[in-house]
Amino acid sequence: MTAVRSLGEPILSMDSISLSFGGVKALTDISLHVRKHEILAIIGPNGAGKSSLLNVINGVYHPSSGSVTYKGATRSQMRPHEAASQGIARTFQNIALFKGMTVLDNIMTGRTLKMHAGFFWQCIYVGKARDEEIRHRRKVEEIIDFLQIESIRKTPVGRLPYGLQKRVELGRALAAEPELLLLDEPMAGMNIEEKEDMSRFILDINDEFGTTIVLIEHDMGVVMDLSDRVVVLDYGRKIGDGTPDEIRGNQEVIDAYLGVAH
Amino acid sequence: MTQTAVGTVTTETFPKLLLENARVRGEKVAVREKDLGIWQSWTWKESADEVRWLACGLASRGLKRGMNVAIIGDNRPRLYWSFGAAQSVGAVPVPLYQDAISQEMQYVLENAEIEVAIVEDQEQVDKLLELLPQCPRLKLIVYDDPRGMRHYTQPQLLPYSELRDIGREYDETHPDFYPAEVNEGKPDDVSVILYTSGTTSKPKGVCLTHRAFIEASRGDVSFDGFNDSDEILSYLPMAWVGDHLFSYSQAMVAGFTVNCPESSETVMTDLREIGPTYYFAPPRVFENLLTQVMIRMEDASPFKRWLFDAFMAVAKRCGPDIMDGKPVPLFDRVLYAIGNALIYGPLRNNLGMSRIRVAYTGGAAIGPDLYRFYRSLGINLKQLYGQTETAAYVCKQPNGESRLDTVGKPLPGVEIKIADKGEILVKSPGMLKEYYKSPDASAETLTADGYFKTGDAGFFDNDGHLKIIDRAKDVGKLNDGTMFAPQFLENKLKFFPFVKEAVCFGDGRDMVCAFLNIEMQAVGNWAERNGLPYAGYVDLAQKEEVYSLLRECVDKVNEDLAQEASLSGSQIRRFLILHKELDADDDELTRTRKVRRNFVAEKYEPLVSALFSGASHCEIETQVKFEDGRSGVIRADVKIRDVELAAATEQRKAA
Repeated sequence: MTAVRSLGEPILSMDSISLSFGGVKALTDISLHVRKHEILAIIGPNGAGKSSLLNVINGVYHPSSGSVTYKGATRSQMRPHEAASQGIARTFQNIALFKGMTVLDNIMTGRTLKMHAGFFWQCIYVGKARDEEIRHRRKVEEIIDFLQIESIRKTPVGRLPYGLQKRVELGRALAAEPELLLLDEPMAGMNIEEKEDMSRFILDINDEFGTTIVLIEHDMGVVMDLSDRVVVLDYGRKIGDGTPDEIRGNQEVIDAYLGVAH
Repeated sequence: MTQTAVGTVTTETFPKLLLENARVRGEKVAVREKDLGIWQSWTWKESADEVRWLACGLASRGLKRGMNVAIIGDNRPRLYWSFGAAQSVGAVPVPLYQDAISQEMQYVLENAEIEVAIVEDQEQVDKLLELLPQCPRLKLIVYDDPRGMRHYTQPQLLPYSELRDIGREYDETHPDFYPAEVNEGKPDDVSVILYTSGTTSKPKGVCLTHRAFIEASRGDVSFDGFNDSDEILSYLPMAWVGDHLFSYSQAMVAGFTVNCPESSETVMTDLREIGPTYYFAPPRVFENLLTQVMIRMEDASPFKRWLFDAFMAVAKRCGPDIMDGKPVPLFDRVLYAIGNALIYGPLRNNLGMSRIRVAYTGGAAIGPDLYRFYRSLGINLKQLYGQTETAAYVCKQPNGESRLDTVGKPLPGVEIKIADKGEILVKSPGMLKEYYKSPDASAETLTADGYFKTGDAGFFDNDGHLKIIDRAKDVGKLNDGTMFAPQFLENKLKFFPFVKEAVCFGDGRDMVCAFLNIEMQAVGNWAERNGLPYAGYVDLAQKEEVYSLLRECVDKVNEDLAQEASLSGSQIRRFLILHKELDADDDELTRTRKVRRNFVAEKYEPLVSALFSGASHCEIETQVKFEDGRSGVIRADVKIRDVELAAATEQRKAA
């Protein structure tokens, strides 16, 4: 990528977030900013609190202290449907698609929040409900074209290989036309070719739709290539925040990953 | 409105033919493409306008009469229009194989002195930009699909839609330009340069004229009765003579509709949706279709499998005869009718072949079971024979005279001679004008009296059908003098769904040995059903169980060979399964997926000597090229297996 992208104001700020489950402290006093239009990677060893952090952002977990500011509005906690309706979409570490439904239908579910016709009108499929369906279908087809999954449009998701399922899940998140896209290990378990494809798509989404992306990933090569900024967590604390180059040279990060002699 | 300006309408060139189509059947659909899940259509009139604007755009950006234009990409309406646009202003379109890597394109770009290229998408643009230092002549790259192109700033680049708008404006201010340019075209001008894939040497540019293609197409159209209600699906590479003949030339002459698939992966679905009436595919494609059907049948319930097997047996027995109108017992006719309702009809529908009137195959020999399978379903599958140099217009099987082992009778206007060594010599209306910038090659492949040397060995049978044995130079002999026709053996092996490619060795040796490639999809599926775990291609290929599976295939081939006296000596004695798939990117196959036997023999020399030395395994390290042009190494310890010879069966001996 040679494009010069202008990174804007913070779209999301987290201010001294702490989260605990009983006696376990998952996150301790974490503050970070996600700027408009950037790709931010969150890395850290297993159990560092990366997924918990994503869950706080879209409201699945409620932090015990601290606040989240999203698009100017400060809340002590976000509710999942609030997050979704305000343009936060996500994918999951373990694929969470409807296995028996086709790719097309799965992506269509990503449009649910944007549908306005009532149940009754959708059933008889006339007038506005029909126009709306056509509009949504067009959007979904654009996503299918974008992700190059035309050939599996009508295939039930359960029959697809893992890498493609991940792509479909990304498609469903995109269907919500998010401003902020949260990707939880989008490349876990993929082979090199699938990873390359997925990286390409993430860059294209960021570039063509201007979507801000926060992703959790373990493949350091991918992280360093893709992201504008990297945040490192360890035992629920933030131990690094900077450009990939800065992170690479950060002693605390190296220690966290390689261990320190005692 | 456009054709009035042309003056006397003659149809000796493609641009004139296009205008004629726009006049005669202006509102009929000329081309369709699936976009965002919906089939979009353009009428002949709209197509003619698109071509006109594109031609004006190209001319205003410096395309001159006599220049060559590269066209690279999957089958897209806009690329087909590019052919017409280039031809309209007297330039010559040069289609390139879209899956070629940039180094392979370099030769053609240099040889054809390409200044203007019209390409499909970012992938092709990237390849051309990579070649800019070597090909500084390239001044204009027009691309169809703007996806991913936002940050490209190279001055050579221009989006197709912009060029079209430039052309449209130019056309409005210079309305006489286009008709005058079209009028200047002569039937004996070169209409296209098709580069042959070259099994042995650098590709050669075959120059074919408007007259050659139009006359060949007229012959084809009258032979099979094509008309403007026919539909075809264009999914074969545009750089291949077959696609140019069917999707461009014949479509123009007959006025039928060309359908472009959504992407190369959706061809099966698109085929089903369009239901073409006329279909062409190399044997490999028919084989893939059959493999997919068989895989799905193996997963079906026992009752369905039984039903399928029972009725396929009926179809094999009497299907082809019923189609050819030969006498068939009433009982069989009734069974076939039931089978048609229960199995054949739905299966044809599933293959997208419900409406097919004529289906052709060619380019390679087709396996007997494969051929019988389609014909027994009631699909009128026939064979044809031709080369790039003859606009693929030499022989075709007439309706009702379809046979497995011949390629049919000479088409109207074609003269065929058999030379001393059995080589087939052809004079066809679709003959090439010359090889581009290669008078030596032109002189070499043409006889003094103007016949084209095909390089194929063959003869006419008693009914006047041409039979092809092999490439004239490939037919060899074992040390004991037995005839060895490698392609014949390979084709037999390749018919098994588990075998993707086969390469046989034996010329000048004591026995016949073979390399096999497994068909990943079929063998993978088989392994899964048998609970056989594997880590990937290399691992699966070397499994003992897979060897046993393929050994059964080789045994069956040997049994077949044993029945024919002249061939029983060339049974396969030893074989191995290659640790990697033969690939055109590694030069092991041509772009049309024919095995380059000598190259493979040299590249895998240690394996070949191990086969003939009696070793039971051999370690090998192989360079591979990935799709993005990088290379890597695959290491494997390849096993070798012996096969027992089959004897002629008792009945045969007694008879």
